[in-house]
Amino acid sequence: MRADGEALLEVRDLVKHYPLTRGILFKKQTGAVHAVDGVSFELRRGETLGIVGESGCGKSTVAKMLVHLERPTAGHIRYKGEDITRLSGRALKAVRRNIQMVFQDPYTSLNPRMTVGDIIGEPFDIHPEVAPKGDRRRKVRELLDVVGLNPEYINRYPHQFSGGQRQRIGIARGLALNPEIIICDEPVSALDVSVQAQVVNLLARLQQQFELSYVFIAHDLSVVRHISDRVAVMYLGKLAEVGTDVQIYDHPTHPYTQALLSAVPVPDPRARSERILLAGDVPSPAHPPSGCRFRTRCWKAQPKCTAEVPPLEIPEWFREPGGPAAHVSACHFAEERSVVPNETGA
Amino acid sequence: MTADEQPATLLDVRDLHVEFRTRDGVAKAVGGVSYTVEAGQTLAVLGESGSGKSVTAQAVMGILDSPPGFVTGGEVLFRGRDLLRMGEEQRRRVRGAELAMIFQDALSSLNPVMTVGAQLGEMFEVHQGMSRKDARARAVQLMERVRIPAAADRVRDYPHQFSGGMRQRIMIAMALALEPDLIIADEPTTALDVTVQAQVMDLLAELQREFNMGLILITHDLGVVADVADKIAVMYAGRIVETAPVHDLYAAPAHPYTRGLLASIPRLDRKGRELYAIKGLPPNLTDIPSGCPFNPRCPRARDICRTDRPPLFTVAPGRASACHFWKETLDEG
Repeated sequence: MRADGEALLEVRDLVKHYPLTRGILFKKQTGAVHAVDGVSFELRRGETLGIVGESGCGKSTVAKMLVHLERPTAGHIRYKGEDITRLSGRALKAVRRNIQMVFQDPYTSLNPRMTVGDIIGEPFDIHPEVAPKGDRRRKVRELLDVVGLNPEYINRYPHQFSGGQRQRIGIARGLALNPEIIICDEPVSALDVSVQAQVVNLLARLQQQFELSYVFIAHDLSVVRHISDRVAVMYLGKLAEVGTDVQIYDHPTHPYTQALLSAVPVPDPRARSERILLAGDVPSPAHPPSGCRFRTRCWKAQPKCTAEVPPLEIPEWFREPGGPAAHVSACHFAEERSVVPNETGA
Repeated sequence: MTADEQPATLLDVRDLHVEFRTRDGVAKAVGGVSYTVEAGQTLAVLGESGSGKSVTAQAVMGILDSPPGFVTGGEVLFRGRDLLRMGEEQRRRVRGAELAMIFQDALSSLNPVMTVGAQLGEMFEVHQGMSRKDARARAVQLMERVRIPAAADRVRDYPHQFSGGMRQRIMIAMALALEPDLIIADEPTTALDVTVQAQVMDLLAELQREFNMGLILITHDLGVVADVADKIAVMYAGRIVETAPVHDLYAAPAHPYTRGLLASIPRLDRKGRELYAIKGLPPNLTDIPSGCPFNPRCPRARDICRTDRPPLFTVAPGRASACHFWKETLDEG
């Protein structure tokens, strides 16, 4: 693991609430959607931090706050020690150059009326210091080549490309300004299996080549394990568990992580494991449960879970023995349980 | 489950051809597909976008958009009767009562301005001539059967008031309403989160056992297939390239495309190195390569693959592969 790298990005107690209002002329706030409710993590140089969770858990909102597409309600984001949460103007522009984003849907995140050359070159309009005007076409061709597209395609439009190729265009745009960090929000979930592998391999290669750090957000747990050094599991606006890929996948201690992992269908008919079937649906983030957010669907819930919010820390009983179970987990009754079907003899 | 006097084979699709006539030319979406499904059996049809897996199902159900889509050949025998030769009225009676479909996107498949109770009840009113009151009571029963909490209250709710998982349950309830013999489920859980997907697949499998239904599960997810299917048909560029009992296929694929697909998915139980990636892209259906349609992407392709279209070779009883080099592929493990 690359645990020794410096912390590039530090996120502390990040909160995003969307107000719910009533009335048209005299708007009155009647409540709030607690999309993200106190999330802390750090991203080290050269590493990939995977964030997993189901729809509505707030993972995409976290991504948007990291690139300043959403303004946090509270909390801090530090980039190389500097607080960038409330930056604006020139200072924000300088930081943004180093934190770029690749979006999920390669069909809607590219302007259909712009050529590929203009799409990939647009970041240079905003940051002309990176590539002087005369040099841009050459830069764009280079970028196309880097992401595995024919540089001759520079004058084509997005609709002339397949989904996988469009995602490569999105990645080239993300790379244009030589950023240090790329936030990838579900970058491969819209792609077919055979094309998904190509894009995952491309992202891994680019990370090596340009020493990039990734925040990789996805709901596909297998893809996240494949690409991530560390993984954070989110549920209803909070982090449930954070650890290395081995800690989270082979030694999960939070019941939600265990249920999530056990529900993933494994492409091997011999590897059937016991599936933890959760009751019901995720509660509305407008009215999150008190105490532990997962308690309404948890089979281990006790009165304590209603009364006290479990802190995200290494459970006391795992600290002494150490080992892979000793990682942060926000559960009052954390215990190790192996749920991923281990296929044998393949 | 006592055996009825029905023939064991419910659905027998023979050499089905479907094409789409578009401005850019004729797209051969389905080019000679054959499969069978028996009562109580689950057939998974696996393929990526554009492989023809959904179009085949639409042709079987008789809900193909026509024009531009046309069935240009083949037979669809349901209990020995050819659905393609039936009149529209006759076909409508088969649809729903004997053959039903579950779609991927429940929100756009349900009528947004009708309560779910009215939509479920409509089935009984139209097909069985029930009174509105009786039909509504049956709707509540059905909703209870697919485990929708507080069904008696929620029967008056509209589709948008349900979560994604609950809406998919309503779709299942609708498909089950008239107790059909065969259900075609087109990516029934693709839009759902993984914990909800597990609930829905579990329910579907349970109901299938209970009613001894045949099930065709159309999916791109190799994980879901491994969990529930008995046999599997892999489609590529409008053709079946491999069919096999599910265990055999995962143990040792007999077609390079299947092999590539299995190798290209990341694993949950270990961290792999670089993923195997099938090079290139699926073909444009208006211009399918000659010989084997997979040949431009195949690591094994030789001259014969570019000239001769491989038929489905019998690999073992119940197993076939459309590859000239199926033996070599199989031996590779």
